[in-house]
Amino acid sequence: MTQLALVIDLNVCVGCHACVTSCKEWNTSGSAGPLPDHNPYGADPSGTFFNRVQTFEVGCFPNTQTVHFPKSCLHCEEPPCVPVCPTGASYKRAEDGIVLVDYDKCIGCKYCAWACPYGARELDEQQKVMKKCTLCVDRIYDESLPPAERRPACVLACPTSARLFGDIHDPESEVSEAIRENGGYQLMPEWGTRPANHYLPRRRVRMEIHADELERVDNPLRKERQQPRPALDEPSLDDVTSW
Amino acid sequence: MHPAFSVILLTTLIGAGQGLFLALYTDQVYSVFRVIRALPPTASGLYAMGSLIALVLLAAGLLASFFHLGRPERAWRAASQWRTSWLSREVLLLPAFMALVAAYGGLHHLGWDPLLARLGDSIPVHLSLLVGAAGTLAAFALFICTGMIYASLRFLQEWASPLTVLNFILLGTASGFTLAAGLAAWRWPALTGFYGLWAIALTLAAAVLRTASLVRNHRLRHRSSPQTAIGIRHPQIVQKAQGAMGGAFNTREFFHGRSDAWVRLVRHLFLLLGFVLPVAVMAAGLLLPAPRLLVLAFALQYLGLVAERWYFFAEARHPQNLYYQAA
Ligand code: SF4
Ligand code: SF4
Repeated sequence: MTQLALVIDLNVCVGCHACVTSCKEWNTSGSAGPLPDHNPYGADPSGTFFNRVQTFEVGCFPNTQTVHFPKSCLHCEEPPCVPVCPTGASYKRAEDGIVLVDYDKCIGCKYCAWACPYGARELDEQQKVMKKCTLCVDRIYDESLPPAERRPACVLACPTSARLFGDIHDPESEVSEAIRENGGYQLMPEWGTRPANHYLPRRRVRMEIHADELERVDNPLRKERQQPRPALDEPSLDDVTSW
Repeated sequence: MHPAFSVILLTTLIGAGQGLFLALYTDQVYSVFRVIRALPPTASGLYAMGSLIALVLLAAGLLASFFHLGRPERAWRAASQWRTSWLSREVLLLPAFMALVAAYGGLHHLGWDPLLARLGDSIPVHLSLLVGAAGTLAAFALFICTGMIYASLRFLQEWASPLTVLNFILLGTASGFTLAAGLAAWRWPALTGFYGLWAIALTLAAAVLRTASLVRNHRLRHRSSPQTAIGIRHPQIVQKAQGAMGGAFNTREFFHGRSDAWVRLVRHLFLLLGFVLPVAVMAAGLLLPAPRLLVLAFALQYLGLVAERWYFFAEARHPQNLYYQAA
């Protein structure tokens, strides 16, 4: 089974909000209707977003880290928001695991928003229905787009490639590999919702290079160049020979 | 959580309506089975009038619920997911229960109540007794649905407890019996004592369980923390920005926006108005006797339960609030 998801690298995200604006632009102009803002230039602006980048400060001054944290629907594999919906407007697609809201069926009762521990669902105050990230379901299968653009708008916009998109059930996919190799984790694992979206943790990026790494200690001539060619009857091993 | 007045009115009004119906039927069962007395001819009038009042309460609750919906014109769709959604089950049960209450009241009002059978030699089983039994089942099922809507949200830990369901049942029945006592005091004084004693007993039981849930929630330890919310293991995490625009559905729907002092005040208020005063006033009304006081007791208790429901919502801390720490 396919489970499409985003993997977001907190080590790379610089908090530029490009994904937020790209998401808003794509999804407000799509066929599903606008994502309206209210009072956008006033003192108390408010609006509907599928994706928000929040900022946290971790640690005590001066030893702090600023963590930019993009947050959208995690397309949980056990989504608590789906069974509670009284109308069936909220559903999880069997074919690709995307959790969607049918805006034509939703009655705006907000029960699903109560049932999502992550606050990923937002009621559209204009259309009065529940809205949330669709993983750009109207992009990723659109054959009129070049294959490279059949990805969510946020992923295309990210200037640092902090957002990866793919099938986390395919062990060979880029996202599965990133989760496996870089300690990918889920949010609030305590509730058993099994979010499909994963986050990659902050990790140390400073490299330390010692002198003996620049100049090989096993180089008897103290010169970096090709090793003497072994005789034909000698073993030729990597690290010992140059070819 | 933000206490929405539509939901506060819905749950308190239908709770009182269900409780009132249960009160009427309890009396009928008592008299049919001769626990206290034989059915006096006047009681039919009380049952009919009481059912009408219960129906009005239920209809008012139903009406209030529509104000909660963004798209009330599509409300009929909410009946479709009864297999998984407690909300859907409630949506189905409420009209079904209203139909049973209407039938029960109608039978008594028209005086058309055919004898269906006799239990043993003496106990007559009339049609209204069966309709009432079905109504009683529906009333309890409806209480359970209403309670489970909240109790089934496992990460809203303040609600995720059997106490939530028990409290909905007890608070609803207590207010219904208090109303029945007031009603009896108005026209059917012979029944005042019966309903009044029941109402006092149920109110005391409700007070015990509601206090138990206050104590439980006071001791509660939340499983989610800023650490699990963003997955960073450091004791010190402070939110600096909440995302585009700051204001959002998330900052309105999940916060009550009142001070701690206000919330404490509401708690004292509901304990006083919902439990202490009604019991005192009802006891005075029965002992003096001053039947009008029983009507006052219901008015006080209803206000108390509105405060109780406000507190019920305000007390619940949704884990999503961890992402909106500055709201
Ligand atoms: S993140 Fe929330 S809205 Fe999205 S699938 Fe999970 S529970 Fe549902
Ligand atoms: S708000 Fe809409 S999608 Fe959410 S539970 Fe209600 S009907 Fe379902």
